[in-house]
Amino acid sequence: MARENWRWFHMLGSPPHVFRIAGRLAPWFGGLGLAALAVATVWGLVFAPPDYEQGDGFRIIYVHVPSAWLSLFVYTMMAVACAVGLIWRMKVAFAVAVAAAPLGAAFTFLSLATGSLWGQPMWGTWWTWDPRLTSQLILLFLYLGFIALNRAFQDQRSGDRASALLAVVGVVNVPIIHFSVDWWHSLHQPATIAKFGAPSIDTAMLIPLLIMAVGFKLYFVWLLLLQLRSELLLREKRASWVADLVSEQPGR
Amino acid sequence: MRGVFMTTLKRELLLAVRRGSDLATPLMFFILVGMLFVLGLEPRPSLLVAVGPGVIWVAALLASLLGAERLFRDDFHGGGLELAALSPEPLSLNILARLLGHWLVTAVPLILLAPVLSLMMNLPMQALPVLLLVLLLGTPVFTVLSALGAALTVSLRGGGTLLALLVLPLTIPVLIFGSRSVVQAVEGDAVTGVWALASIMMLAISLGPMAIAAAIRISLE
Repeated sequence: MARENWRWFHMLGSPPHVFRIAGRLAPWFGGLGLAALAVATVWGLVFAPPDYEQGDGFRIIYVHVPSAWLSLFVYTMMAVACAVGLIWRMKVAFAVAVAAAPLGAAFTFLSLATGSLWGQPMWGTWWTWDPRLTSQLILLFLYLGFIALNRAFQDQRSGDRASALLAVVGVVNVPIIHFSVDWWHSLHQPATIAKFGAPSIDTAMLIPLLIMAVGFKLYFVWLLLLQLRSELLLREKRASWVADLVSEQPGR
Repeated sequence: MRGVFMTTLKRELLLAVRRGSDLATPLMFFILVGMLFVLGLEPRPSLLVAVGPGVIWVAALLASLLGAERLFRDDFHGGGLELAALSPEPLSLNILARLLGHWLVTAVPLILLAPVLSLMMNLPMQALPVLLLVLLLGTPVFTVLSALGAALTVSLRGGGTLLALLVLPLTIPVLIFGSRSVVQAVEGDAVTGVWALASIMMLAISLGPMAIAAAIRISLE
């Protein structure tokens, strides 16, 4: 009975099984994600009212905020996958983390780039040592460190386990980094930068933002599944199921 | 349990004493980095006071990274780490002793040299006790983090640069609380960063050895 309940969990440890499931799920996430992105883009860029202070410039939040949310979400997810991999020695979990890392780094970079583009007209500067910007930049370096460590090993398994440990340590550190950067900033509040009240946002602007956030998340899962599939193929290239898969392909 | 700890600590200190020149290098580096900053800026006292705490902390951070690569390297290649990992005694205890030994021979001299750098930076005397206190609290965290980086990269050839890339982002909280506390002391304000620094240190020395032990086991595979 108890064993039966855990069957699904053990199935997740099997690369061919996960490869199949990911292949079946990917189109759904991709379709829904792209649809949500399309709806939210049109709604946010065309139908949402312009901001009374920032004009049309505020519309960059439709890319900026969802990618910033994702950047932290992906790191946390990656660290959980790494912990699962370390604890239950699950190969697939490491593949998930390795597939997620470049995506998370890309979203972090996107949030930094869009924040910078928004900052130029609004704050009058490309870069300011705002605590959120600073934390994002540190987060980007955490991602890059993970990727670099993972690739540094000849043996994939050692690389997986070493970088997984780094990710787990990193996730313990992220709240401390956020706290320290906030504290650092509070000591010398620059008065020159006018801050817009962020939390008060009109519903007409908020709804497309939420749709966009959901769209981003689905889009991320889609990319993750595709990336995971190729990662699994790469790692299992000597396994018989991959050989079977290749021989099934027409034209071979 | 205590036997392992004391034996490892003694061995660590003995090795350090036998290789005296290795001890001096990070210290010279520490002073040199401070000097380079002053030469790169202009020796205006008010400017030096403003950047001094940050410079001292960055110099201490870089100096503690400098010797980190060596922390496990010899014992990894010589097989000593493998024996420690196989022994029935907890590996984390062995690690803790090594960390303490490393901290005693690298960080303590650095803290003792800090007043020199503080003079070079024109920091007022009133800030000196706080500077020493925060260095005392912050350098153990540097030791733990750089040892973690060293343990993760010990099996790699040329892991030194990678080590820096991995460890530096994690040290940012210590850098912030450490240097800002000194700034507060320089300006005569209440020093509020020390408590955060003390709790980070407790976290690092209680969880750090276990994480490092796990990293060593991964590297030994």
